Amino acid sequence: MGYIQFIALLMLTISVAIGGCISEDEEIVVIKGSDTMVYMVSVLAQEFMDKNPEGNIIVSGGGSGTGIKSLINGLVDVADASRPIKESEIKKIREEFGTDPKTLIIARDMLAVVVNPSNSVDKLTMTQLGKIFAGEITDWEEVGGKKGKITLYGRQSTSGTYEFFREQVVEKYTGKKEYSASMRSLTGNTQIYDAVSSDPNGIGYIGVGYVADMVKVVKVSEDGVNYYSPFDSDAVQSGKYVISRPLYQYMIDYPSKGSVLYNFLKFEVSEEGQKIVNEAGFYPIFKVDREHNMESLWSKID
Amino acid sequence: MEVKEKLLEYLFFLSGISAIIILLAIILFIAVTGIQFFQEVGLSEFLNTDWNPTIKPPKWGALSLFAGTFYIAAIAMSISIPTGLLLAIYMSEVASSGVRENLKPLIESIAGIPTVVLGLFGIIFLAPHLSSLFGIPLALNALNAGILVGFLAIPTIASISEDVLGSIPRDFRHASEGLGATKWQTIVRVVLPAGMGGIFASIMLALGRVIGETMVVLMVAGMVRAFPRSILDPVSPITATIASELPETVVGDLHYQGLFALGLTLFIVTFMINLLADIILERYKRRFGR
Repeated sequence: MGYIQFIALLMLTISVAIGGCISEDEEIVVIKGSDTMVYMVSVLAQEFMDKNPEGNIIVSGGGSGTGIKSLINGLVDVADASRPIKESEIKKIREEFGTDPKTLIIARDMLAVVVNPSNSVDKLTMTQLGKIFAGEITDWEEVGGKKGKITLYGRQSTSGTYEFFREQVVEKYTGKKEYSASMRSLTGNTQIYDAVSSDPNGIGYIGVGYVADMVKVVKVSEDGVNYYSPFDSDAVQSGKYVISRPLYQYMIDYPSKGSVLYNFLKFEVSEEGQKIVNEAGFYPIFKVDREHNMESLWSKID
Repeated sequence: MEVKEKLLEYLFFLSGISAIIILLAIILFIAVTGIQFFQEVGLSEFLNTDWNPTIKPPKWGALSLFAGTFYIAAIAMSISIPTGLLLAIYMSEVASSGVRENLKPLIESIAGIPTVVLGLFGIIFLAPHLSSLFGIPLALNALNAGILVGFLAIPTIASISEDVLGSIPRDFRHASEGLGATKWQTIVRVVLPAGMGGIFASIMLALGRVIGETMVVLMVAGMVRAFPRSILDPVSPITATIASELPETVVGDLHYQGLFALGLTLFIVTFMINLLADIILERYKRRFGR
């Protein structure tokens, strides 16, 4: 009998503990989406909650597509996305909620093109890069390296990075609509990093936050004269490093002034929030992004 | 007493019928969504080799995916059938009971390894070794996946076949040995044919496990859209494709239905294999008059 009483006591304790957590007067905000952004947004949320204990923000990943799908299905308040929302997704939201999605740009991501450190190639033009990922250039010899068949590493098709790179590099510079069929689809930045670090003929793209010693970053150029690295702060801020993308947050309705979500969004783009963004391996938003935010969000609420 | 008996009878009937109803419901669920896909996309397009649902216009050729599943299954079965059978024969006919009692749980514990751990093993250990052995970059490919999945299928074949061989009456062996047959002759000519039905069933079960395995292949198969030309090429098997793409789809759209169509086709293929196995088994039973 003592055994059963113990269990009963245990359950009572647990239910009191859970009850205690919920009964506090707090507002829960659920955020889901881009795997590229999940770390950064988690840190932002943590810092925010330390200062504003009345808000509880839950952040998880899964991919940009997954986040927007959850937004459409009504499961989350905010979707993180490393690519612009698609027309088909906007249509779904209009059907479900009778309104367009609202957006905020919270950071800038530079994609770094990485190769194995043993590779002698250290710069590529955007056209060469596009052709490599479209499968039109298949040997390192064609871009000034040692002879060897290029192995392509990319992200899985649920990834915003996958779509961004396809549109902004492959399609923009070669006119081809799809990646080479022999590109390997890996499920994360870390996996691409690992693959390229162990494959002498590998090439891949990862967020700059994931770059470390075991891979080499390739400088890229639009005009074939000036080559820029994603770590060159001036080139990034002036837009000369072109593999750059805004990171978005989407929601269904404008957050009401003074709500936890409103305060959190304000915090993300504040000077303090942008410092956290930078520490998490991303770049602060550009002037054009601030203008975008003003026009699409703040001017409608404030 | 009689009421209790009737009650028990109903209970058994109910649990039996509910299993069938749940199975039918699952089939219906997959089939309805899968068939919606085929109303929009023709079968001829489904039988192309390029699967690329996120570009415009999307491409729905599933042959490369089926080739991936087929390659992996072929490698896995050519590993698990001989190993599993030899283990079963060893345990049932050769090993002492002490060895058998320790060996069997050990082999069965393979089935308890979390597949994600096995996938990690494939990435960290098997891939570099296969790379240097075959001189290829990053051996995340059909061979790597096939070896790991084949390993996973060994306990199914070994354990069930051992049960089958063990249940063959001792008289068979005594009669054979009494006629002057050696141990080897007894195993090959008497014990194995007598247990063939059960052994065949165990192989079919293992094949089902191999085709349906998802996590390991998702991690080590390489995930490439191109049609695989050899077992050293990376592949995208059906199960892994469904697992990696389903989170991206919006419920009810064409991509979502397309993945269900893949699932439906996979289901039909395994169903055919099982049906074929049943027919062969039935014929075999008749021949041996058991």
